[in-house]
Amino acid sequence: MTQYLQSLAGGMLIGLSAILFLVLNGRIAGISGIVGRLAQGMSILINGAFVVGLMLGPVLYMAIFTRWPAVTITASLPLLAVAGLLVGFGSRLGSGCTSGHGVLGLARLSPRSLAAVLTFLATGIITVTLMRGSL
Amino acid sequence: MKSPYVQALASIACGTLFGFGLALSGMLDPTRVQGFLDVFGAWDPSLMFVLGGAVIVAMTGMLIVKTMARPVLAEKFHLPTKTGIDRSLILGSAIFGIGWGLGGLCPGPAVAALPMGYGATLLFVVTMLIGMVIHDRFVARKIA
Repeated sequence: MTQYLQSLAGGMLIGLSAILFLVLNGRIAGISGIVGRLAQGMSILINGAFVVGLMLGPVLYMAIFTRWPAVTITASLPLLAVAGLLVGFGSRLGSGCTSGHGVLGLARLSPRSLAAVLTFLATGIITVTLMRGSL
Repeated sequence: MKSPYVQALASIACGTLFGFGLALSGMLDPTRVQGFLDVFGAWDPSLMFVLGGAVIVAMTGMLIVKTMARPVLAEKFHLPTKTGIDRSLILGSAIFGIGWGLGGLCPGPAVAALPMGYGATLLFVVTMLIGMVIHDRFVARKIA
């Protein structure tokens, strides 16, 4: 129960951050877009500052709760390398990821984002189901 | 034009809030993300609350954004202009979902978790950047 409340509270902060970014800077807080544009050398100050902040978030968590958030990585390194390639390439080709399409796209009632979210949820579910042999 | 440094300050504050939200929500844990995607197995529904909470707050906030002629610190809103559901959108999202399932990581949590010092996360971020650059250099006609 506490875990669900914590997830809900965390999600609400993510939504608040995305709205503040839009209200203040007029930009969509889509992480693949921000990181991708940074890699292209576009709006380095604004995008770079967001990425720095993103990494400060868990540090702030550590400062408040005196422990890091739980992270358990089970995937092997070669598998993670492939996963990273697919996530990077796919998010740019699909114009967004979990944040841009998932949070802001759905909040803006964008049909494109709804299609994207349903698609990556479907392939994500299929991938994990096959990998874990859940069916 | 307002000072770009004030915009950068706003960026760093929003980024920190975003990263803290990710840490609080449990999204930084790849095993839990995979648990959320494992709907036919040991399903962990908690991440539905992350997305639900984020979308509800963002949707409410959009009501305010719609009344604004321009952002507080910038000249104009930079909003996506594409409207059609095309092949790139579906193919890209499908590829993204496979990678997301394989590693349990997406761009936000992967970057946010970097200060925790896991080599595995760093490797993921490096190949993710390579994947982005491959797309932007060789596939994209021009991304604005």
